[in-house]
Amino acid sequence: MKRKRMQLLSIPYVFWIIGFTVIPLLFVFAKAATSPEGDATFGNLIAIFDPVHRKALFLSIELAFVSSLVCILISYPAALIIKSSKIRNKKTLQFIMILPMWMNFILRILAIQMLISKNGIINHFLTAAGIGRINIINTEFAIVLGMVYDYLPYMLLPVLNGVLAIPDDIIEASKDLGADRFTVLTKIMLPLSLSAIGSGITMVFVPSMTEFVIANILGGGKIQLLGNVIEQEFSVSMNWNLGSGLSVTLMVFVLLTTLIFGRGDSDKGRGFVI
Amino acid sequence: MIAKWLGKVYIGIVMVFLYAPIAVLIALSFNASKSRVLWTGFTFRWYRTLFGSSAIMKAFGTTLALALLSAATASLIGLFAALGIYSMRKSGRRVMLFFTNIPLLNADIVTGIALMLWFVRFLPLGFSSILLAHVTFNIPYVILCILPKLETMDIRQFEAARDLGATTLYAFLRIMLPGLMPGILAGFFMAVTMSMDDFVITYFTKGPGVNTLSTLIYGEIRKGIKPEMYALSSVLFLLVLIILIAVNILTGSKEDKYITKNKEIG
Repeated sequence: MKRKRMQLLSIPYVFWIIGFTVIPLLFVFAKAATSPEGDATFGNLIAIFDPVHRKALFLSIELAFVSSLVCILISYPAALIIKSSKIRNKKTLQFIMILPMWMNFILRILAIQMLISKNGIINHFLTAAGIGRINIINTEFAIVLGMVYDYLPYMLLPVLNGVLAIPDDIIEASKDLGADRFTVLTKIMLPLSLSAIGSGITMVFVPSMTEFVIANILGGGKIQLLGNVIEQEFSVSMNWNLGSGLSVTLMVFVLLTTLIFGRGDSDKGRGFVI
Repeated sequence: MIAKWLGKVYIGIVMVFLYAPIAVLIALSFNASKSRVLWTGFTFRWYRTLFGSSAIMKAFGTTLALALLSAATASLIGLFAALGIYSMRKSGRRVMLFFTNIPLLNADIVTGIALMLWFVRFLPLGFSSILLAHVTFNIPYVILCILPKLETMDIRQFEAARDLGATTLYAFLRIMLPGLMPGILAGFFMAVTMSMDDFVITYFTKGPGVNTLSTLIYGEIRKGIKPEMYALSSVLFLLVLIILIAVNILTGSKEDKYITKNKEIG
């Protein structure tokens, strides 16, 4: 067939890539490399070493790390349980577990805020039960809770797919050959689902690290993640050059995460049954 | 035995964690009291105020218009792009997929800022700038849905039709398009949901005065939540469910018909 002519069909998309992906990113780099007066500078790029920014960066990484870890600790046992259960309709169960990811992101944070705020539902019940209040809103814990709630389906999706895809034969065979449960888990299940966990980590870690909305709503604006700092440079301080410089730093960390944990390959990470 | 039971309890707890907050939102939308902790009776009052509020209805209209227009545009460009990429050699294909992955892998905040920095040069920020931004992040999802369909398609049927005298267009419309339709529909609906769900990119590319539901709710949360917002949550949740079921029916529900909200293309 006329491959050459068919290739021409992607011309509109090539223009779109240039116009709305490449050029905008070049603008970020250009802004990052200049001062507000327009002189070339490295100042915005090394601004990440400024104590305030460095602290925000470390906190972002820390909270994203904790959130990813909690998501794995919730998802992996769930996947193992579903795998070993005799439920016939595993795909439907999987569908129900990842369905909340399609609910509006802001609304899900609103729901969490409503539950944990000072006069929220959890505190209402705790007071009624005579236990007293817990103050978790506006803490790092609240932010992690929001991140875990928001991004758990993104971990469940690849991990469930990865674990459910491990052939039963292999597990049977290893058991026949005398492997105990622990050996099956460490020598069969984990190695075979490692890439799924990796793509889950990327899918939770990257949005958590670059987050500013959850921190704004559940952190009460007191806890600054790198995303919050960048957002404020654009909306409050109006130092777009500094904001761009910090964005470039953020991109580097996103890139590093994908390089370390991979994106998962095209099939394993996928699978929203509809 | 105990292990089985514990397993069920564990899955139950995960489900409660995932659904309880949403359930509470929906329950509160029918609560007669403005309080979020006291149940004083059943009411549709918040739904009436919701549909009577011009700000919310305007944002709702904007959200739907953006979702449909951006999904339609992205589907068209994405379909042509997928056909083009499919017919490319390995190197060309790799370059195209590299650029397709950029909006998927990049942090939303960076994509939003980048587009905003560029748009302010030639476009007043408003509906059209948000639309361009949404098309930009939607095209990759469409390609993601169509390309696997093309790869598993038997291209010889198309070539046979051409050999038997069909014009390229006719053969495409009669042979390839029906086979690609599930992928195109899945891509379209995924684009619709992604557009409706987006907050961060919209937040940076919108101008003052224009609101989508996401940005409107964000503003409301910071001011203090009104019960209409609970009603809105229920309506949106129902809408997304309807879309998912529609896709389910339209694209068939065979094992291989997956779409995903995750961000990757192989």
